[in-house]
Amino acid sequence: MPARTMASKIWESHVVAARDGEPDLLYVDLHLVHEVTSPQAFESLRLNNRRVRRPDLTLATMDHDVPTRGGRAEADPLAERQMASLEENCRREGIALYGMGNARQGIVHVIGPELGLTQPGMVIVCGDSHTSTHGAMGALAFGIGTSEVEHVLATQCLRQGRPKDMAVTIEGELPLGVTAKDIALGVIAHIGVAGGQGHVIEYRGSAIRALSMEGRLTVCNMTIEGGARAGMVAPDATTFAYLKGRPHAPVAGQWEQAVEHWRSLATDRDATFDRDVVIDAAALEPYVSWGTNPGQSVRVSGRVPEPRTETDERALRYMALDPGTAIEAIAIDRVFIGSCTNARMEDLRLAATVVRGRTVHPRVRAMVVPGSALVKRQAEEEGLDAVFRQAGFEWRDAGCSMCLGMNPDILGPGERCASTSNRNFEGRQGRGGRTHLVSPPMAAAAAIAGHLVDVREFH
Amino acid sequence: MDPFTRVTGVLAPLDRANVDTDQIIPKQFLKRIERSGYGPFLFYDWRRSGDFILDRPAYQGATVLVTGPNFGCGSSREHAPWSLLDAGFRAVIAPSFADIFKSNSFRCGLLPVELPEPVTRQLIDLALEEPGMAVTVDLVAQRVTLSSISLPRLGRVGEGVSFSIDPFFRECVLNGWDEVALSLRQDADIARYEAMRPGWLPVTR
Ligand code: SF4
Repeated sequence: MPARTMASKIWESHVVAARDGEPDLLYVDLHLVHEVTSPQAFESLRLNNRRVRRPDLTLATMDHDVPTRGGRAEADPLAERQMASLEENCRREGIALYGMGNARQGIVHVIGPELGLTQPGMVIVCGDSHTSTHGAMGALAFGIGTSEVEHVLATQCLRQGRPKDMAVTIEGELPLGVTAKDIALGVIAHIGVAGGQGHVIEYRGSAIRALSMEGRLTVCNMTIEGGARAGMVAPDATTFAYLKGRPHAPVAGQWEQAVEHWRSLATDRDATFDRDVVIDAAALEPYVSWGTNPGQSVRVSGRVPEPRTETDERALRYMALDPGTAIEAIAIDRVFIGSCTNARMEDLRLAATVVRGRTVHPRVRAMVVPGSALVKRQAEEEGLDAVFRQAGFEWRDAGCSMCLGMNPDILGPGERCASTSNRNFEGRQGRGGRTHLVSPPMAAAAAIAGHLVDVREFH
Repeated sequence: MDPFTRVTGVLAPLDRANVDTDQIIPKQFLKRIERSGYGPFLFYDWRRSGDFILDRPAYQGATVLVTGPNFGCGSSREHAPWSLLDAGFRAVIAPSFADIFKSNSFRCGLLPVELPEPVTRQLIDLALEEPGMAVTVDLVAQRVTLSSISLPRLGRVGEGVSFSIDPFFRECVLNGWDEVALSLRQDADIARYEAMRPGWLPVTR
């Protein structure tokens, strides 16, 4: 058999049918569903008298719309209607739902790995572009639209053209204070927001191997911001240790069999990629986005760049920034620590380390929104909520929250936010709001300082 | 899905790169549980900030949009092509599209047409210089043609420029096929695959 990449191996083992001139019909091992992109899919099934083929391979949660304080009563009528419609659809089709108030509720890309549902070698889809997150466990995972959601509900399959393979190799040791988020922003700054179009990215190299499971989830999460639909990391001892004992992980007896299969997934030594990008880990720094797409990022020690394109000029105008301004001189009004990129335990611990014993700057309104109800509970067991609260942070319930502002958590016009989320598009966090993407420790430091600041020199 | 064979109509220019789905349809409009009714919210924030190009009288009723590279990047929301369709657009011409946006568009009958950047550049300039000019996008012939003007990169009147497109999705869009119905016919293949899946794979309940 010719040498193959991990993506090829997973792809080929999921082809249900292949015909000339047609995209492959791929089997889906896990379909994650949330309240915003599914109602029209369920409705169309109903109108066509179709049923969900595999409710046992489907899991639903509520994350995008949910209020993060005050419970469901705080949801606006439209959000409430969307949640009620998800409940009704799941009830009718027998789909497990972790709704508001459930101990396992949370952002769809946080709960999959956390519950051990996301496993190496699987094909995972969700009506959400950050499904790329799950690839960190060695799965092939990508976001789909609502028509495809309907297709998967009805057939448990998806018709997909085969993507090309791209390797992003990060070799060397990350400097102190540089996190997985900085790798992600550094990669996108390097390849551009469309750099991965048509590809699946495999992250490789010693810096990736050295990352924790949660760090890898952060890197793969941001893959879509570089234009690639899926990002992945070969499963290894870190992956297996993370999975073992989780609620849906294989149990004793099956575990060994599963691990043996998982070990066979790594890209063969002689396999080649359609594109290769190599990045020196030692040269990375904490990154900060200055513009209105995630590729418009610079090192924290840098300055707002001179615009080179019309797009840059637009971005500078929207962000109300002058070229040449030192990044550390940018004052902020809000801090958001949350999202499927950076709201897992490790993120909260790192941020808490910076915050401990300090006080949020008087001008700044800062909030922490855990990625899931389980993360929230564990953080509280570790006393992190007290650390954040004492410093002046708001401590909220789990959800997407101000990552996209579909719930009441939004930026006001002109407000400037240091955010651990993944998109700094115009208006993403609220109409007229200005987003600077950073890592959790960088966001925490900015909350204390009142401006963007290099966490490595922050004492 | 309505079949798409060809469309002739006003060409509207949006001279921006990396137009993301948050701009096409901001999140506050994703709370609807219907598939239609998104047209009034297309490019909502840009429209509200005044003098938005697509609001100029000459581009009213436009059915084809020409824009910059990486159109539709960002989220997977199919509400983006739905809102373009609902606002009357049937085709978008760009040098490149974000992967998920392109796949969503095919699946709801909005035709994404990829043409090289020099050609889209010329189309944008033309639509700006001759507001209200018409263009034809022909999926059967796989050509974009102008009805009244000859241009170096666009060929003579009636000749136009050809584009390539995934043959499977071309068939689906031309015929307005229901992809789910097509796949349901492969039930036996699916069942055969399911019987071979290893036992350790997780179930959700
Ligand atoms: S946290 Fe943000 S990026 Fe992640 S799923 Fe929610 S809205 Fe999407």
